[in-house]
Amino acid sequence: MQKTEYNNWLKIIAAKLTKFIRWYIPWMIIGLWLLAAILGMVLSLNPNAIDLTNILVPPGTNALFGYDDLGRPVLDRLLVGAHTSFLVAIGVISVSVFTGAILGGSAGFIGGWVDLLLMRIIDIFLAFPGILLAIALAGIMGPGIDNLVIALSIVGWVGYARLTRVQVLSLREREHVIAAHALGCSQSRILWLHLLPLTLTPLIVEATFGIAHIVIAEASLSFLGLGVQPPQASWGAMIKDGAGYMLVAPHLVIIPGLAMSLVVFAVNLLGDALRDRLDVRLNVIK
Amino acid sequence: MNAPLLQITDLTTQLGNPKQPSQVVDKINLEIYPGETFALLGESGCGKSMTALSIMRLLPLSGRIIEGCVQFSDVGDLLDLPEKEMRRIRGGQMAMIFQEPQTSLNPVMTVGRQIAEAVELHDVQRKTNSTKRVIELLDAVGIPDPKRRAKEYPHQLSGGMKQRIMIAMALAGKPKLLIADEPTTALDVTIQAQVLQLLKDLQQDTGMAVLLITHDLGVVAETADRLAVMYAGQIVETATSERFFSKPGHPYGRKLLKALPDASKRKQRLAVIPGMVPSLKQKFSNCRFVKRCDVAIAECSSEIPPWVFGSNNQQVRCHIWQSDTNKPLEQSILRNQDSGVLNDSSQDLHESQDFNQDNKDNQVNQGSKTLDQPSNNILLEARDLCVHFPIHKGILQRIIGHVRAVDGLSLNLYPGRTLALVGESGCGKTTAGKAILQLLRPTAGSVRFAGQELTSLSTNKLRPLRSMLQIIFQDPFASMNPRMLVGDIVAEGLIAQGLNNRSTRRAKVLKLLDQVGIASDAIDRYPHEFSGGQRQRICIARALAVEPSLIVCDEPTSALDVSVQAQIINLLKDLQINLDISYLFITHNISVVAYLADEVAVMYLGRIVEQGEVHEILEHPKHPYTKALLSAVPTIDDTGKQRIQLEGDLPSPADPPSGCHFHPRCPEATAACSLKYPDTVILSPTHSVRCEYAKF
Repeated sequence: MQKTEYNNWLKIIAAKLTKFIRWYIPWMIIGLWLLAAILGMVLSLNPNAIDLTNILVPPGTNALFGYDDLGRPVLDRLLVGAHTSFLVAIGVISVSVFTGAILGGSAGFIGGWVDLLLMRIIDIFLAFPGILLAIALAGIMGPGIDNLVIALSIVGWVGYARLTRVQVLSLREREHVIAAHALGCSQSRILWLHLLPLTLTPLIVEATFGIAHIVIAEASLSFLGLGVQPPQASWGAMIKDGAGYMLVAPHLVIIPGLAMSLVVFAVNLLGDALRDRLDVRLNVIK
Repeated sequence: MNAPLLQITDLTTQLGNPKQPSQVVDKINLEIYPGETFALLGESGCGKSMTALSIMRLLPLSGRIIEGCVQFSDVGDLLDLPEKEMRRIRGGQMAMIFQEPQTSLNPVMTVGRQIAEAVELHDVQRKTNSTKRVIELLDAVGIPDPKRRAKEYPHQLSGGMKQRIMIAMALAGKPKLLIADEPTTALDVTIQAQVLQLLKDLQQDTGMAVLLITHDLGVVAETADRLAVMYAGQIVETATSERFFSKPGHPYGRKLLKALPDASKRKQRLAVIPGMVPSLKQKFSNCRFVKRCDVAIAECSSEIPPWVFGSNNQQVRCHIWQSDTNKPLEQSILRNQDSGVLNDSSQDLHESQDFNQDNKDNQVNQGSKTLDQPSNNILLEARDLCVHFPIHKGILQRIIGHVRAVDGLSLNLYPGRTLALVGESGCGKTTAGKAILQLLRPTAGSVRFAGQELTSLSTNKLRPLRSMLQIIFQDPFASMNPRMLVGDIVAEGLIAQGLNNRSTRRAKVLKLLDQVGIASDAIDRYPHEFSGGQRQRICIARALAVEPSLIVCDEPTSALDVSVQAQIINLLKDLQINLDISYLFITHNISVVAYLADEVAVMYLGRIVEQGEVHEILEHPKHPYTKALLSAVPTIDDTGKQRIQLEGDLPSPADPPSGCHFHPRCPEATAACSLKYPDTVILSPTHSVRCEYAKF
């Protein structure tokens, strides 16, 4: 009897720990990201103030994260960079999910030639390597945050469109949809009320994973010089600027790189946890 | 009798959180003797399957056996065996078959290989040459051409064949006990009859015992020697099958029998069991059935009932039951029981307060209705309705053929009457229902509703007419949007019909919920918070909201337990009487048809083979298929019944047999049958049949 109780305690502790790692830690990191993004906007920081006396100063007591090659404070730039990456991620995700859901949902619901046409367009988009297409688009439209969002959204919506379409295809044969037809509900009402809300769960999970992808894509484009323009700060641009001094002042690359990895890691964990949480079937077993 | 093969004592199984467990099996005692068929009977959620899984020690992860002893044959207590030895017992001396043969077979292995696996595991001598044994087994379970079939994959076989394969696998270890968990529930009646007969034959050949778990009283009556009735995790009655069906002891068993629809009960309401099976998380200090029992006395709610022993080995766990040695007492109880029926129906009426008519009124009303000849004003007329689905193949998606799901169906439906569309799964009855409602556009033919042709109307023109034609589905949960509140679900039809005022809509929804016997607080709750029967009521309320004159009921009760089925059927009947709605009742359940329908149409492979008034079809069936279908239905009273066993399965509607579709399976077929599809033979103004040899 004693032994089983002991086992139970272990199990309970293990379960709590797993939940902490899988659920609370990602939220904490994302909370920090959000806080940094807000601070980067609200605080009067000097991310672009050049102080030549402090060039390549490592992290220390008077500057938490040190200074970069032009003597700009890394902490300030990191906060402003968080703001940039957050804006880009949220912007791209909301535009892509919204467009993808509407277009994919309609394709699946209407079917016929609309579906056929849309699917071929999606196939064409998917045939290009996504990041390459974004580079090309950013190159054509010129650098800048707004163009970055547009370029990444153009690449991003196809995944959500496909996901929504497949969901709708299986859902539209469901009996509650047939019942709505039988009651004489209009087509748009059926799509908005009976189909799209039920596709939300996989979309939310997919969008969470998408955030991680976008953060990296933004950094890559900025690293290539197609995203945020100097002197404006972004994590990708910081890595790019710091790359030349990797051996002399590794903190220029490590600090923004670490920030980005943490965000991507947290978002991916959260996506996993969300998928389990929103899955009705798993909840039943619990 | 000799020593029992399986003796279970005080078996107790719990599920779920150890701090708040559900006692799903609660101190069960039973004995099974060699060679007998023992049935475990009860509604869903009563712990039947959990008992079987406990015996096999195959409980789900969250389940555990708390106490008890399962003595099996000469092995000893199964619960004490180490897992390694238990594995030798499973599939060896004790085998199990499940409800869903589709999911019990591995789709990427040939069936021969799967059976060989079982043979090799349990038959030491056969380890090298299992092929011969596999063929023997396939032959034993009546699979034609076993050599070829052994090389096929599960998807190439029909449902009935797959269940035979499962039985063959179970037989591989030459079991002494076969546990069959709802073995025929997923099968059609004619296939069910084949499988039950097979089990019976195998039992005679091998002398194994069968533990049959089922909710189907008819199946029990036809196959079982003895039975136990389970209720809320406990056995409440054990008796011989004969004894139970003539003199059921426990009020629960009596109620179940009374709730079964059949032709003789047409003029009365079906008995219902109010309420639900109690939660098994609580500790019981009274009779578990007391809240739903209408003959309960004071002791029932204060004391746990003792076992009462009667003659013929009947045991009943009930305070008021007395064995037949004490005749006067029993009679008084019977009288009590009779008044109980009245009580109970008035209770049911009370549930649907809008129909304040009492029983007598209903009967009179209905009597006049059955006397009425069908009036001339046809409500719905379908002529030569066809629904063909194209089969595409190749890169160019060429059409290489059609699945003729519905192939020339004609029927008339009159106001206020019920037409039952009967047939096995795959015969096209659901497709026909959807085509009539224009939820699926028919390929050819016409549907006229109140004189208006529907097939030529555009989707937009059809929308205002939709309110006249409604549909109720088999699975009430799937037919409701899980993210909408019940109030919104019911109001949906009202919104679609343009009733935009929020408060009048709410008032109307409340009235509708009341009409189907659902409490008004349901309006702000979600569908998953309701039981199956309540969900079906909500679906009915949603259909009623738009005041239809025809409702297509697509197997509305086949997902429900017997007692709940009775409630839904009573409700449908009440609504018909009060609102004069016509039903197109799509079902495979003949006893429901006998109770509810006015006319019957029997479908086979997309066509109606026989139609007529309910008494004409059920009492004097003329088509060989109708005869076989009716004889395959397991019934409680099977005196003098002659079974016509159909061979084989339903052919594919993509490639129907030439001539009469039924001739390959027809016991009365002649050479001429394969040449030409038979013309309609009119037997009476209402009765017609598509068979040349139908005798007048």
